[in-house]
Amino acid sequence: MTLDQQPIDQKVRIVAVDWDQLVPEEARRLRALGVDTGAQVSVSQRGVFGGRDPIALRIGRMVVAVRRAHAAAIEVSDLESTPA
Amino acid sequence: MSRPRKIALVGNPNAGKSALFNALTGARQKIANYPGVTVERKSGRLVLPTGEPVELTDLPGAYGLDATSPDEEVTSKVIRGEFPGEAEPDVLVVVLDASNLEQHLVFAQELLALGKPTVIALNMVDLAERDGLVLDPAVLEEELGVRVVPTVAVRRRGLTELAEAASSAGLREPGPSLTEIGETERRVAAHAMANGAILSETRQRRLHARLDSVLLNPWAGPFVLFALLFVIFQAVFAWATPFADALEAGVGALHDGVTGLMPASFVRDLLTEGIISGVGSVVVFLPQIVILFAFILAMEASGYMARAAFLMDRMMASVGLSGRSFIPLLSSFACAIPGIMATRSITDPKDRLTTILIAPMMTCSARLPVYAVIIAAFIPNESVGWGVGLQGLVLFALYVAGVLGAMLVALILRRSVTKGAASGFIMELPKYQLPRPGDLLLGLWQRAWIFLRRAGTIIFMVTVVLWIMLSFPRAEPGQSQVDASFAGKIANGLAVVVEPIGFNRDMALALIPAMAAREVAVSSLATTYAVDASDEDEEAAELGEQLKGRWTLPMALAFLAWFVFAPQCMSTIAVTRRETNGWKWPTFMLAYLFGLAYVAAGATYWLAVWAGL
Repeated sequence: MTLDQQPIDQKVRIVAVDWDQLVPEEARRLRALGVDTGAQVSVSQRGVFGGRDPIALRIGRMVVAVRRAHAAAIEVSDLESTPA
Repeated sequence: MSRPRKIALVGNPNAGKSALFNALTGARQKIANYPGVTVERKSGRLVLPTGEPVELTDLPGAYGLDATSPDEEVTSKVIRGEFPGEAEPDVLVVVLDASNLEQHLVFAQELLALGKPTVIALNMVDLAERDGLVLDPAVLEEELGVRVVPTVAVRRRGLTELAEAASSAGLREPGPSLTEIGETERRVAAHAMANGAILSETRQRRLHARLDSVLLNPWAGPFVLFALLFVIFQAVFAWATPFADALEAGVGALHDGVTGLMPASFVRDLLTEGIISGVGSVVVFLPQIVILFAFILAMEASGYMARAAFLMDRMMASVGLSGRSFIPLLSSFACAIPGIMATRSITDPKDRLTTILIAPMMTCSARLPVYAVIIAAFIPNESVGWGVGLQGLVLFALYVAGVLGAMLVALILRRSVTKGAASGFIMELPKYQLPRPGDLLLGLWQRAWIFLRRAGTIIFMVTVVLWIMLSFPRAEPGQSQVDASFAGKIANGLAVVVEPIGFNRDMALALIPAMAAREVAVSSLATTYAVDASDEDEEAAELGEQLKGRWTLPMALAFLAWFVFAPQCMSTIAVTRRETNGWKWPTFMLAYLFGLAYVAAGATYWLAVWAGL
């Protein structure tokens, strides 16, 4: 399952990121903000006026805004099914 | 004796390196460029507590030694001693933002693995504490194997301890490099270390999350944003009135005082009709500009600006831009110059160019004097209900017209001249903070000073030149002074061009000096009518009264429409040239904006005439 499909406030762990779906510059920025394999994230807000874009992610102590296309490139799993 | 030892500050962007550098070196610093790249090289001298002088370098912020930008490449090469002509640093001071340890510790581990003498500056611990996060440096020291010194650069806390630790830091065993242990492992380790170092943490995050759940709510969020923007524009008009009235009374008193003190002469006329009327008519807008900037500065300082960008992203995406363009564009409401410079944070070049090209359409504070004087003269000061004034509503409509025009132009540009890949939107939403009154006041003072300096220099000069051109040659008896003057003759030529859009000769006359700065249009009108009035031996009435007597409502509306679009500001053109490296884009900008202004003013005029206004 991918990050864009997660319900609000559901904590998940990133298991893989399909970097090829992203522009290199954006991939770099995401990694810099800590969006990478092993990180724990949750979706905190989604969309404006009923749309599905953009998405506010909670990662570590930060809130990061991304587009749905970015979240769709991020494969996640439940916290329990992966080691901490 | 060999060269002094070299200490380098290194860390992620926004770790507070520059503030730490400034606190450590004070005024003893040199800023230059690294050869061959447009990356700033900042170095300075620091005397260690042992009395040893060292060279301190502030390296560009980076996320890792694996460089992906020119900034990072400089940092990576200098640290490894591979940058030509640049000595390898002897000691590294790794700067970490205490509130963002989990992210910053990833790069820190990579740096520590180099085995260089290293100390860690745990920076901005005060902000973390204010946020309810208390950290234990001893735990980090144990984990990382180097000294960890808590610092607060802006308050000069921990600086001596940091310098001491740096002077005694020794070589260490090199650790495994990035190829040996992956970034994922470092990230997991960083997560564990960051959590392990937490002594206590209050539930302030809950409050932030709750604020976000309202302010970023898909329905409530946009509503709050638009309500706030509307309040700003109402406030600019309503709250400023008593201050503006007081200033106006002051200008009037000065005018009368000088008139009374001096005998009638050329110099007295220049002083009263030229300088006091002209410059005074602009200075009275200071309260409105201060109020507008107060809101913008408070939005930035509180962290709400980034939320506004989040809320606007969907709308910006529909014209091919991203929420990131919203911040430069909102700054452009104060002034397009800082706005255009703020576009540097937009990484996509096509995105950035589009944002630069539409920035002048955001209603900057220099347009306020023009709008304010025309609205006050022609739009009745009445309420349309719910405490909303008609004047404020018209002002809001002018702002909206600029925004809609800009969106339309962006849409067209992104499909033609600045065509490219759809832009993304990745942005950190900073924590909410109560803006510090001191910082706000300082920011306001700087903006007010810039405005007054413009009034005292550019506007003063242009007003004096215009007054002289309006006063000579002297008119024959029975002839109007403006008609006889040099300026009047020039304006008569221009008037032919702007007649089809409803402009009269005086309006054409105001457009020429307004190229220097938009607000000069007001002082030119004031000067023109002052010259004209004194000549006709009339009591020089207030500018608003003069306008009411000489312009029709369609003319006034056309004039407003012109100023929504017209690129009447040389500084904006100059900064566009600098930021786009050439004359191509500023020329393009001038041409399309004048075209738009002409069409908009013409359409407004003829529609208003047709509607019988």
